[in-house]
Amino acid sequence: MSVSSNIATDGNSLVIQVEGRFDFSEHEAFRQCYELQGNKPDRFVVDLRQTSYLDSSALGMLLLLRDYAGGDEASVEIINCSQDVKKIFSISNFDQLFAIH
Amino acid sequence: MVSQATTESILIADDNLVDRTILSKIVRQSGYSVVQAKDGVEALELYAQHSPRIVLLDALMPRLDGFAVAREIKNSPAGEFTSVVFLTSLTAADELASCVNAGGDDFLSKPYNKVILQAKLRALQRVQDLHSKMQQQSSELRKHNVHLVQEQEAAKAMFDSVATRGFLDAPYINYLLSPLAVFNGDVLMAAPTPRETLMLLLGDFTGHGLTASIGAMPLSEIFYGMAQKGFSVSDIVHECNRKLNSILPIGYFCCAIVAELDFRKQTINYWNGGLPPGFLIRPGAEATVTLEPEHLPLGVLPSTRISVVPKVIEAHPGDRLILTTDGIIEAQNLEGEQFGYERFAEEIAEPHEKCIEHLLAEVQEHMGEQSRDDDFTMAEITMQSPETAQVQFDSKSLEGELGADVWRSTYELRDCSLKQFNPLPMLVRLLMHCPSLNAHVGDIQIVLSELYSNALEHGVLGLDSTLKQSATGFQQYYEQRAARLESIKGSVFFEFDCDARQPEGILKIRVTDSGDGFDFRQCGGPNAKGNLGYHGRGLSLLSDLCHQVQHEGSGNTVSAEMHWETGH
Repeated sequence: MSVSSNIATDGNSLVIQVEGRFDFSEHEAFRQCYELQGNKPDRFVVDLRQTSYLDSSALGMLLLLRDYAGGDEASVEIINCSQDVKKIFSISNFDQLFAIH
Repeated sequence: MVSQATTESILIADDNLVDRTILSKIVRQSGYSVVQAKDGVEALELYAQHSPRIVLLDALMPRLDGFAVAREIKNSPAGEFTSVVFLTSLTAADELASCVNAGGDDFLSKPYNKVILQAKLRALQRVQDLHSKMQQQSSELRKHNVHLVQEQEAAKAMFDSVATRGFLDAPYINYLLSPLAVFNGDVLMAAPTPRETLMLLLGDFTGHGLTASIGAMPLSEIFYGMAQKGFSVSDIVHECNRKLNSILPIGYFCCAIVAELDFRKQTINYWNGGLPPGFLIRPGAEATVTLEPEHLPLGVLPSTRISVVPKVIEAHPGDRLILTTDGIIEAQNLEGEQFGYERFAEEIAEPHEKCIEHLLAEVQEHMGEQSRDDDFTMAEITMQSPETAQVQFDSKSLEGELGADVWRSTYELRDCSLKQFNPLPMLVRLLMHCPSLNAHVGDIQIVLSELYSNALEHGVLGLDSTLKQSATGFQQYYEQRAARLESIKGSVFFEFDCDARQPEGILKIRVTDSGDGFDFRQCGGPNAKGNLGYHGRGLSLLSDLCHQVQHEGSGNTVSAEMHWETGH
């Protein structure tokens, strides 16, 4: 299982980690780790420290998360991106939709 | 278990009558019917006749021994599975093993133990049940698969007819579209517009296969429909985005570049939403220009939030425009290294007769044994002169039904609508209601769009056309244009007067803008020919296409008169 999640110490942010390739094979795992939370967290953080690659279906999954988290009012942060991953976000201009660090 | 087995028959082959009778009795008590054979040959005959699913075979029998019978049964082509159990008084381990080697599934030692025999029969029945369930499922799967393949093939045929039709056969367009699955998430389209420019769209849908391709149908309808009616890059992007945003589920989108190549003005107008930067490679020492993605992909944002303002770059005959989706750039070798954007840029910068073939060979060498996991799509378009581009527009598609030969009309576009709305497609359609004008739709588009952009840019927006004389000014000009459009105030007023009753038709177009005008008498007038630099192209073109062009009033009105043969 290369997708895992935990509630941050502040108690209302969900941190999702994705390890290895972030592509369509993680679709179910990724969705479940935020949909199966009892109380919907206020903030979502996607930690890509261990992510080597992401494809366009991963971008799609992030859009689904954003929609789940409230669309334009959503607070979704993407942190610890490698240079390669950052490049993918900048080409697709997803930095207009997510706070990417 | 027993009740389920009542209809099943079991074949018992043994030359010893006593043994056979004892065994038959036990088997019947377990709820099976019994077929008895006294030697190997009879066993095979009865097997063919009754097709029992379980066969109990004495190893040593006259005429044909149990081993031969077992091999025969196991080799029979019938799809059903038959369990073969050897009955034997043999005790040596290698002799028992030879029973299994001959195809036996188990063996029973004589004398028979009723409890063990019945337990084994139940075990064999479980294997039988499992096997027939598997058979049933695999035949269902086969049927589903055949159905799926048929549907995919039908869908692919439809998809292919929309994904790559149009103008892609032009000699100066090279392209590569290599589908990963039966289906491809990439689309490449090209269409001539009525103003004799070439409109291009390269798109990459999220994911692969059927889901990725569903959005391609409406995309292609919108693209070809709008391009042939003369809509601009912004209009096409806006509509494609609106449609995809409304039909695609969240998480699905299309990275795309829409570009309009104007061979006459030597410009490329483009909008890049999420595709890797395109390249415009200029022969000689001039620097390569990149077409950067500045927007989110199509389908992500609602219409109200998407920016559809295109960028404009200069492109001269011989310049090569290269567009690609991310498949080639992200192609990995066994070590997981990507081919990479830098290498892509290096490879295409080299002048190559067959740039695409060369690049594909390089990518394949890079990948080695690694299998491909994305589409490889790429297009190379070499800029042409207007003469060699031969962007011929098929005007038949615009023909009006009944037609109006003699009419007048006025139309005024004001304030913020000048920024939001492109009136030209609508006005061209209005003019096409005069049937004999249909053959001249290209000229009319060019004249109208020149008149309109002059009125808008130099009149209402007050942009200085001499800026466009230098390459840096060219950029500056379009930046100023975009900035001033934001708060535009003013109007552009069109007047049309058409009379096509005589052998020579006359169309008068007057366009008046709300700007300050200019002293046209000092400027030598629009009829001045010769090299006028970038900014002169529009007006000298007008005088080529029109019978007469003149400025009026304070220079904020231009009237153009076009003549044509009506065939009356």
